[in-house]
Amino acid sequence: MLDRTPTFPLPVREAEQAGPPQPFRTASGGLIDRRRARDFTFDGRQLTGYHGDTLASALLANGVRLVGRSFKYHRPRGLLSAGSEEPNALVELRTGARREPNTRATMAELYEGLEATSQNRWPSLAVDALSVNALLSPVFAAGFYYKTFMWPAALWEKLYEPMIRRAAGLGRAANAPDPDTYEHAHVHCDVLVIGGGPAGLSAALAAGRSGARVVLVDEDFRLGGRLLAERREIDGLSGSDWAAQAVAELESLPEVRLLPRTTLFGVYDHGAYGAVERVSDHLAVPAAHAPRQRLWRIVAKRAVLAAGAIERPHIFGGNDRPGVMLAGAVRTYLNRYGVLPGAHPAVFTSSDDGWRTVADIAAAGGRVAAVVDSRPDVPVALRRMAEAAGAQVVAGGQVIGTRGHLALSGIEVRDAYGSTLRIPCDTLAMANGWNPVVHLDSHLSRRPVWEEAIHAFVPGQLPTGMVAAGAASGRLTLADALESGARLGAEAAESCGFAAETAGTPRTDPESTAHTPLWRVAKPRGKAFVDFQNDVAASDVELAHREGFRAVELLKRYTTLGMATDQGKTSNLAGLSIMAELTGQNIPSVGTTVFRPPFTPVAIGAFAGHHRGKEFRASRHVPSHAWCLENNAQFLETGLWLRPAYFPRAGETDWLQTVVREVETVRSRVGLCDVSTFGKIDIQGRDALTFIERVCANPFGTLKVGRSRYALLLREDGFVLDDGTVSRLAETHFVMTASTANAAKVMQHLEFCRQWLWPELDVQMVSVSEQWAQYAVAGPRARDVLRKIVDPQHDLSNEAFPFLGAAEITVGGGIPARLFRISFSGELAYEIAVPAGYGDAAWRAILQAGLPYGICPYGAEALSVMRIEKGHAAGAEINGQTTARDLALGGMLAKKKDYIGRVMKERPALTDPERPILVGFRPVDPSQRLRAGAHFLALGAEPSLTADEGYMTSVAFSPSLRHWIGLGLIRRGNERHGERVRAYDPVRGGDVEVEICNAAFVDPAGERMHG
Amino acid sequence: MRIRCPYCGERDNGEFSYLGDAAPVRPDGMDASSEAMHDYVYLRDNRAGEIRELWYHAAGCRSWLVVTRDTRTHAITDVQPAREVAKTRRAETRLAETRTVTPAGSASHA
Repeated sequence: MLDRTPTFPLPVREAEQAGPPQPFRTASGGLIDRRRARDFTFDGRQLTGYHGDTLASALLANGVRLVGRSFKYHRPRGLLSAGSEEPNALVELRTGARREPNTRATMAELYEGLEATSQNRWPSLAVDALSVNALLSPVFAAGFYYKTFMWPAALWEKLYEPMIRRAAGLGRAANAPDPDTYEHAHVHCDVLVIGGGPAGLSAALAAGRSGARVVLVDEDFRLGGRLLAERREIDGLSGSDWAAQAVAELESLPEVRLLPRTTLFGVYDHGAYGAVERVSDHLAVPAAHAPRQRLWRIVAKRAVLAAGAIERPHIFGGNDRPGVMLAGAVRTYLNRYGVLPGAHPAVFTSSDDGWRTVADIAAAGGRVAAVVDSRPDVPVALRRMAEAAGAQVVAGGQVIGTRGHLALSGIEVRDAYGSTLRIPCDTLAMANGWNPVVHLDSHLSRRPVWEEAIHAFVPGQLPTGMVAAGAASGRLTLADALESGARLGAEAAESCGFAAETAGTPRTDPESTAHTPLWRVAKPRGKAFVDFQNDVAASDVELAHREGFRAVELLKRYTTLGMATDQGKTSNLAGLSIMAELTGQNIPSVGTTVFRPPFTPVAIGAFAGHHRGKEFRASRHVPSHAWCLENNAQFLETGLWLRPAYFPRAGETDWLQTVVREVETVRSRVGLCDVSTFGKIDIQGRDALTFIERVCANPFGTLKVGRSRYALLLREDGFVLDDGTVSRLAETHFVMTASTANAAKVMQHLEFCRQWLWPELDVQMVSVSEQWAQYAVAGPRARDVLRKIVDPQHDLSNEAFPFLGAAEITVGGGIPARLFRISFSGELAYEIAVPAGYGDAAWRAILQAGLPYGICPYGAEALSVMRIEKGHAAGAEINGQTTARDLALGGMLAKKKDYIGRVMKERPALTDPERPILVGFRPVDPSQRLRAGAHFLALGAEPSLTADEGYMTSVAFSPSLRHWIGLGLIRRGNERHGERVRAYDPVRGGDVEVEICNAAFVDPAGERMHG
Repeated sequence: MRIRCPYCGERDNGEFSYLGDAAPVRPDGMDASSEAMHDYVYLRDNRAGEIRELWYHAAGCRSWLVVTRDTRTHAITDVQPAREVAKTRRAETRLAETRTVTPAGSASHA
């Protein structure tokens, strides 16, 4: 690091200044608070800045100019800019779990105790072993990776990729979970103003004064844009005072919301915008209950794009040396932060605007080493002003190279006569014109258009509802920014129905935007960088041209120009201009690449918001949840549902032990299971039965009032969608159930059929899944338990309420309830539904009533074991790839009605007898465990895809049979009962001989459930 | 994206789920041919331009909607309840069937 004490006198008034002296800080001025010192570290070195500084300005104030190493060549790099376009100064901020890589030093607000570390260097920033890459630069040229790391392919994963990642990485992410929180917020407004510079503030004032709801976002922590960075005058006020006054007025307007520290990163269709607010990034640790960042979703009727412009660098040899900066950035550091970046600054300009830098340095009491203007004619007044500041003026000259190692020590200049001059300097300010920020208006695939008058791309056709004001629209003067902002802000408010007055345009001091762009310097000495972040030099663009990658999108991908975090903000046009020159076209014919969101990187945490860990998504609780928590239930996630999986008792050490006990209790006595998670759809209307006939594949015409029936739903393509039950409660009133996982999908499907396919049917439906708590009471004593719950007037005898009965009843003395005699377990079983509000009480009452019969609650695991013992298909079998035939349900399909999926299920491939079909499997050696996912092979067959006969879908340890059982799909399985095959599971090392059998392992005749 | 639901007003597209082209008509009835059903299930035009398509207001009123959208610009020019569109289409089809003049302009609404 080059620390040089300035040689020009900067009187430091110690009394007013807190903290140790900062050698490059001016004596006064700037928008920093010199009474509030801020200590911070960079690479462990203790430094001090002020409140109001960025990390970048504080580093410069301390004379730190080397801040990083470049991506590919590990070249020393310093600060190029003072804003979000910064390609070089990416640092790791904070430590430990809060460590954040690739933070722009120019955007990091200084706070007390800030810790920053440089990136991409080893062992240290000043001595980087990998800077030898720079010596190898001929081989690191464009397309290097594509060409070099091709062969042998085997080396890619083990050698090339890790090597490249180490050499060409950026920062390191934290290794620990992020301790901070992030949140999402939504805002609707009439007028969104993007950018808080002169145009944006004017637009917000004009719209806000009319009473329109205005949101103004700006990525900076202080509103004012370039007004804070330039010495300008508006109506007799300094630019920054005018901005402060505008902000104060905006703050007083009740319908105006100002969002500083907020980057609008994306423009989306129909007036939707994404923005990220850095709520606490300027603090060491967020305040209690405050998020680190907030992701805004903004919906605006109108938007005024006032995002300003980004200055262009010059392309000459060694233009990446620390100390070479954009001229506008030099003025920002000087005027806003009170930092003169160097003791011997020089200026290289192709515009009148660059001369402001000379004037500003002189006004701060500094001296200027040289001014090189690439234009031959320099107005006398400017020349005199520069010479008064000590500058050597070179008109019609070009900077062709730089000198120095870790920082700039001088420039080589070719003058108008072709002679080379060497001028010592430690800072070079480049002024090569400004590019309007056309990123945001291009997000909806709209291309910018070339405007010859300012030699830059400007917004083309803007997204609906958006207008561009000020520099973002190519109007580069302050007067135009104020005028267009106010006019377009008023128009935007008026188009939203507000009466806006246009106040007179403020008066500004004179300015000139005269500019003759110098796209690149001829015959540069050394590498001339186009894209600093990606280490793409002008020679790489030439190489891409020679090798045929001339189209703009190919150029980008071949050279990586314009990629990564800065998205070509400072490099895009330079690359295009060189390609234009090489191909003999003009710049607009070369075209631009597509700009996509985000404008600057957005942390994943901001997108995730509160949706992380336990709150990743909502969780739904069953009505018996409170009791389950009180009674040590172990839970299982099924979709959003948290279902009780099993209920361990004291002394039980293994989940299987608990599940076996629960199953045995149901099979021998009685159990209670919360099945409220199933979807419940209430269907009513004159045509309800017709509707059900059309959506279900099995017949329903004969379903009587007071009866339930299994229901099988197909998709229109012939595969099974879901299964459940349909119960007829009254002539025109039905309740359909759907599986837990498919409930929403089934509801959507039914609504599609009702609204779109058959709108003429008189049928209405509503999901009542949340309205009813539903419990299965299963086991030989189920009727005895229910008898004590159900009001006495209801006859529960087998004759009065047989298997598949359904009734609306009352329980507990008049509470409405529904009773269904349906059985998933294969036992005598009922499902009883009560209004959800009674769910907890009913659960407790049934358990109380069942005490004398030895009742136990059972969870989803025992339920699943029992359905496998009964051979019922569930989610593992109804997986979207199986037909009714595959599930051995072909026999129940209706023959005489039309229904969804009827035609397509007959496709030849779906009726092929070789298709695997659902059967049961038992291990030949009963001590062996089965695994779901195992593939079936003939005994002795070599494992191969052609030998594959199907796979095991579900397995369970059967407490009833005391060995493992499985369900699976196997070719012609229905014809092969008794045959033995291999269940081959190479992933887990399983290879078990199994016998094909009936899928109903327990009570195959189904006698128990009818009892 | 924002979609103006005829029942709920303008809402964020996150509330909706997408199905696709609203043009295919299901061949109802026992005499539907497998060819016609195949076309209905699988054949879709991939138009660059205005398309009428089905969206479902899943996190709202559960209405199926026919949204007229330009696939090149995402501009939405019309949103109708699917049920009303389907009823109109049925009525038009029936009308066309009762007339036996020419098939032109019959089944294709708008």
